[in-house]
Amino acid sequence: MLRLEVRPQPSKGWGYASPLLALAITVVIGVVLFAVLGKDPVRGLQVFFWEPIKSSYALSELMVKATPLLIIALGLAVCFRSNVWNIGAEGQYLIGAIFAAGVALTADKTTGPWIVPAIIAAGVLGGMVWAGITALLRDRFNANEILVSLMLVYVAVQVLNFLVYGPWKDPLGYNFPQTKTFEAVTQIPRLMQGSRVNIGLLLALAGVGAVWVFLFRTYAGYGQLVGGLAPAAARYAGFSSRKALWIALLTSGGMAGLAGALEVAGPIGQLTPYVPAGYGFAAIIVAFVGRLHPVGIVFSAILMSMFYIGGELAQSRLGLPKSITGVFQGLLLFALLACDTLIAYRIRYIPAALRATPSRGRSLQTGQAGSAAPLGSVAGAQSPVVSGSVQAGQE
Amino acid sequence: MESLALLFASSLNAGTVLAIASLGLLINEKAGIVNLGAEGMMLCAALAGFATVVHTGSTLAGFAAGMAAGALLAAIFGGLVIWLNTNQYATGLALSLFGAGFSAFAGTRYVQEKLPEQMQFNIPLLGDIPLLGPALFRHHPMVYVCVGIVFGLIWFLYRTRAGLVLRSVGESPESAHALGYPVRRIRLMAVMAGGALCGLAGAYVSTVYTPLWVEGMIAGKGWIALALTTFATWRPARVLLGAYLFGGVTMLQFHLQGIGVDVPSQFLTMMPYLATIVVLVLISRNPTWIRINMPSSIGKPFYPGA
Repeated sequence: MLRLEVRPQPSKGWGYASPLLALAITVVIGVVLFAVLGKDPVRGLQVFFWEPIKSSYALSELMVKATPLLIIALGLAVCFRSNVWNIGAEGQYLIGAIFAAGVALTADKTTGPWIVPAIIAAGVLGGMVWAGITALLRDRFNANEILVSLMLVYVAVQVLNFLVYGPWKDPLGYNFPQTKTFEAVTQIPRLMQGSRVNIGLLLALAGVGAVWVFLFRTYAGYGQLVGGLAPAAARYAGFSSRKALWIALLTSGGMAGLAGALEVAGPIGQLTPYVPAGYGFAAIIVAFVGRLHPVGIVFSAILMSMFYIGGELAQSRLGLPKSITGVFQGLLLFALLACDTLIAYRIRYIPAALRATPSRGRSLQTGQAGSAAPLGSVAGAQSPVVSGSVQAGQE
Repeated sequence: MESLALLFASSLNAGTVLAIASLGLLINEKAGIVNLGAEGMMLCAALAGFATVVHTGSTLAGFAAGMAAGALLAAIFGGLVIWLNTNQYATGLALSLFGAGFSAFAGTRYVQEKLPEQMQFNIPLLGDIPLLGPALFRHHPMVYVCVGIVFGLIWFLYRTRAGLVLRSVGESPESAHALGYPVRRIRLMAVMAGGALCGLAGAYVSTVYTPLWVEGMIAGKGWIALALTTFATWRPARVLLGAYLFGGVTMLQFHLQGIGVDVPSQFLTMMPYLATIVVLVLISRNPTWIRINMPSSIGKPFYPGA
């Protein structure tokens, strides 16, 4: 019989290996899936892992998709590390895009290039406002941030629909639900000719550095980490959990809003009902697969971008629905969570012969399992006193 | 008056979906497990139920397929959370994301399919009473089954030994373990039962409530159901009342449009989500009230001997 045993220390090696193992598991399941669907698995793997990197144009498209994922996931890393569960980044991204579009729509032929920083600032502000609602309700009324931030995604989608079907609809747009195409001057400057990569990529990479410095080299960032890992210790040390909540949500909201602004004034160039592309949700997976570490997130954002491009190619080349991307995203996160078990636990094989003795008290080598010693022996005993003391010992 | 009776009837119908899913989540949470994957389970179950009805023509088989799909996904979630000690929030989120992706992927070929003509239900005599008849007695049997589930659950949780054990596992798994109860197996059973109920709700949506299949058709009902358990402070009867209330809010938008209220439809569509937020705020503002009612081991992993 296999059982898990607490490691004396979390394994560093598995911290790095777990995402790779998770990817391997996802790929194996993907190959099986392709085979079951009657598609050539080799072709399937090519579409996901080779086509997106085989030419400089493909690489630049890979970066275009990776940029918003990277930016949003960086913010979420700060949030999740503070143990604040903002899962409404998609909504913050949308409101950021809407604020940015609001500024972009004011541009006309005479507008100068100063509009671009204004658009970006508006996007950040929009995301912060939307996340700020969640922070306010959590802070003032103790409302669960998971549910509030998620509900606000649905609200944000309706705000977008209202604008593009109503006041912001392009009067010359043949009644399509979209705004007019933004003026050329609002376009986020591109890095080079012939590719859609824009300065958003530079901002994202700067964000990697900024988040790293914030989390690991500043006092405020340290407070966030302590608050996330050990709330009681943070309280004792005088770190304000309210401040941590606001910092976490405003950072992640602002970053998501930034991504929305870069997207709507960059590759999209107008507001349409198709602005929500699920980046806010995919970024949650990006953040976890990247170990909530800014550098790790760079790699996982590129991987997730491959999934997106691979999904589109699978549709055109293999005749599979584009939503295969979502299947792989979900599988990857599942596999990652399962593999992460190996960081804190190791698997031990216990021969059946030894199991005759109560197996509950078996993994006692570690300090924290000490209280389990009486647990094994009193299992089945009906003494409330004993079970009460065991419970206290467990905490 | 006639339209009010219809509003009432449609609220009960809409509330039934939320109530069934929320009762499932209530069972999970009573055992100490939060499953954020409700939305994903409901989506997959909606597809499973719809596809089954398309192929067999039997709504009952559709419900069974939905429950099986929900229970299966819940078992995967439970395996990860209970045996591998993964974070409950992250794992539930993974289930929601996977369920959304998988149902969209597997359901592509069912998007244009139609279901066989639905039977109209009408309880003889009672259904003919003016006003009360259309409001209360012309529903799909599931609406009444749902009320039955509530009473069944109340009886199970508070009047049977098994229910007591389930609650003790949610309040203090260490004590339950020390008394010799198989905490993890009980939790898995609770998670699967909850998944089956979420699946039933999902299948009801796609086969009866809005008989069609489109990507993402659950539209946040799973998340609203999650909020409902908090709103109801983990009491089955309050879940049912809350669900009807939310059903009413959902349905109000169509009736407001019907009587010509001049508000953009998008703002009406927002209402259930805004109502969820408002309700969460109202119910959560008193932390003590929540702490007293909430199963105390909720969201915390339990690993015997660790």
